[in-house]
Amino acid sequence: MALVPNMPQVWRQETKPHKFCPGCGHGLVLKTLGECIDELGIQDRVIFGCDIGCSLLSYDFFNVDTVQTHHGRTTPVLTGIKRARPDRICIAYMGDGGGYAIGSQHLVNAASRNEKITVLLANNCNYGMTGGQMAPTTLPGMKTETSPYGRDVEQTGNPTQGPEMVAAITPENAYVARGTIANLRQLKRMIKKALETQINGVGFSFVEALSACPTNWRTNAKDTWHFVEKEMTQYFKVGEKKVPPEKEEQ
Amino acid sequence: MTDKPVKGVKRFFVTGNEVVAWAALAAEADIMYGYPITPQNEIMHYWTRLAPKYGRKFLQTEDEISAGFTTCGGVLSGARAFTATAGPGNTLMQEAMSMAEMMSIPTVVAVMQRGGPSTATVIYSQQEVTMTCFGGNGEGLRIVYSTGSHQELYDYTIKAFNTAWKYRIPTFILGDGYQAKMREPVIMYDPAEKGINMVPTEKILGAPGMPGVDRDPQHLQNTYNTEEELYEVVNQLVERYWKAAPEIVEHEEFQCQDAETIIVAHGVVTRAAQAAVDELRAQGKKVGHFRPITLRPFPKEAMKKAIQNAKEIIVVESAQGQLDKIVKSEIYEAKVPITGYFRPGMGITAEEIVEFINQRG
Amino acid sequence: MAKEFKIALAGEGGQGVQSVASIIVEAANNAGREALYIPNFGVEQRGGVSIAFVQIADKKIGSPKFKKADIVVALSDRAVRRTAQYVDENTTFVYDKAIKGVEEDIPREANRVLAIPAIDVAKNELHPRVFNVIIMGAVIEATKVIEMKEAKQALEENLGYKFAENPKLRELNFKALERGVELVREALE
Repeated sequence: MALVPNMPQVWRQETKPHKFCPGCGHGLVLKTLGECIDELGIQDRVIFGCDIGCSLLSYDFFNVDTVQTHHGRTTPVLTGIKRARPDRICIAYMGDGGGYAIGSQHLVNAASRNEKITVLLANNCNYGMTGGQMAPTTLPGMKTETSPYGRDVEQTGNPTQGPEMVAAITPENAYVARGTIANLRQLKRMIKKALETQINGVGFSFVEALSACPTNWRTNAKDTWHFVEKEMTQYFKVGEKKVPPEKEEQ
Repeated sequence: MTDKPVKGVKRFFVTGNEVVAWAALAAEADIMYGYPITPQNEIMHYWTRLAPKYGRKFLQTEDEISAGFTTCGGVLSGARAFTATAGPGNTLMQEAMSMAEMMSIPTVVAVMQRGGPSTATVIYSQQEVTMTCFGGNGEGLRIVYSTGSHQELYDYTIKAFNTAWKYRIPTFILGDGYQAKMREPVIMYDPAEKGINMVPTEKILGAPGMPGVDRDPQHLQNTYNTEEELYEVVNQLVERYWKAAPEIVEHEEFQCQDAETIIVAHGVVTRAAQAAVDELRAQGKKVGHFRPITLRPFPKEAMKKAIQNAKEIIVVESAQGQLDKIVKSEIYEAKVPITGYFRPGMGITAEEIVEFINQRG
Repeated sequence: MAKEFKIALAGEGGQGVQSVASIIVEAANNAGREALYIPNFGVEQRGGVSIAFVQIADKKIGSPKFKKADIVVALSDRAVRRTAQYVDENTTFVYDKAIKGVEEDIPREANRVLAIPAIDVAKNELHPRVFNVIIMGAVIEATKVIEMKEAKQALEENLGYKFAENPKLRELNFKALERGVELVREALE
């Protein structure tokens, strides 16, 4: 079966190559997610929901049942599915605009209610699909289409600290982490733990992945990686923010 | 298996909100998602008290946007899912309903209209007609039943689940604050005893089998790359809708045969219109009443027949011409003058309809 | 055609007009008549004038609200002012004698105006808690929409669990019902 080496089994070959821009972080995050689905053996139980924004391009990415929702509304759609059918593994996939701006009330309340779903959020510091506008996660001073002179924190606030916020409002049995496409092994461990948290019916799970948008950043490969590894991490600290107690002991 | 919530056929004297909750139970609804807003709150109150006894579920969401989208999620997973709302909540819910329209998600929503625009009153209106029929960025591919009594709330709530799942079209029960809050008699029944079989639901997502191996994965889309792709999809939706429409439309007529004046009214106002017809006929006036039950799709052919001999049409509604706008577009070819009696956000009695018609001479 | 009754009951929150309305329509419904009851409801949870709109008839009832009532019962000064709009030349207007400062507000066009000392009787003769049951008796006498035995049956159904604990309460409630009837009879004399 493995015609293409190193590709997760859950990948849908018919829809590859994928539709993301060259150098985009989505492919890496999704590949990592795919590996986790394979290793956990949950392909037939997963329901994957993707937001609007570049994340919508993942709607035919996997051999799993998938629903494209509206901008910001993936969390409630997947919550609705999980509540009706708790035996499904529900994964909501979105960008930083969908999770922290237009869908923030859903993220906050799903986290507060400790919904047994997994939210996976790719943070690339801007609205990619609409052409590179300022996002809640845009770094101070960073130029975007709607902050052409650089993000002025006096006017527009500081970058949203998603995992820190979610960690603050979830009960102790939730799983919350920030990973990065610059460390895929670590990201994979995080996504896996997040899914296990859901599989075990323990609590809400949330992973933000620092991602890259060379198209809108207008960066070459070197500068892209510099931005992800050196610039973003000044504001977004990679690591686990909350781990269910029994997992800590391992 | 748990007991049936409604057994046999029994008369009750309850509020409309309670009727909707019981009807949803009787219709084997699996789960309700909802957010508090007056005057629909008691639908949730009764549902949350009754549902656990019959193995049904409830989720209180963070707002009506979420209530709409969780309902979409529940339906996609194969549950007979519903929500209820009103006024500003209905406004927020339109976003999810446009997704339901696009993706043929058979959601069921009970709307208890309150005054508008804005927060307005929590009491009553018929001002959510345009929004419920045509809300969201879309083409109004919905089914809207406008009820006028507790009996109809019961009957059409059950029916809404079946119509929605049979045709895969989002379906609304359009009630109002009066119907929600008042008490009057209603006959509740087990649908099976009346020969009503609940249309089976389907696991649109999460069907059995390994996706990509045993079956194709479901990849449900609402975003399209090209005009042509979208055009084709919308055409299919539109075609399917209008093909189903003749089976869906419902109406009632009261002495329209020889009527020179026809009162058109929907929902709870039909009660006043019917009483006005009786009174005006007693006075020797040739007056009839046409009542669309489905506001969307509209019973256009039936109405055209009903007004064949009419010299004038009077649209009576508790809104500033929302039904009037639909009527005018639906019977465009008819050469009958149309007058409106509009009372936005106000109840309408038979006496005032009689007075209005008599004053016109 | 059978007489159809439109009743508007108004009072301050806590005076129990909604429960009176509720019990009367239940009794009528149980007696096989058509009944419809709609409470006025605004955004306030408490604190406004509380009005109950009741219709009882032998045929299907039309619109839930009405412009003019056959009987209006007003139990506070604000309720008197608020309900004047439901009165016309066919209306019986009932208010409590103890309400002060409403002489100018009593709707003169009413067919009959009855002032009854229900608050006084409740306070000095029976118990303040059965005030609304006195009102129920008054409504029944003024309208005859239900029989006394149906009214008692309805009270039994609503308060039976309390009566079981304390049988004296049954006696008190039935007495209140009867006093309400008497107060209207006396006012009519």
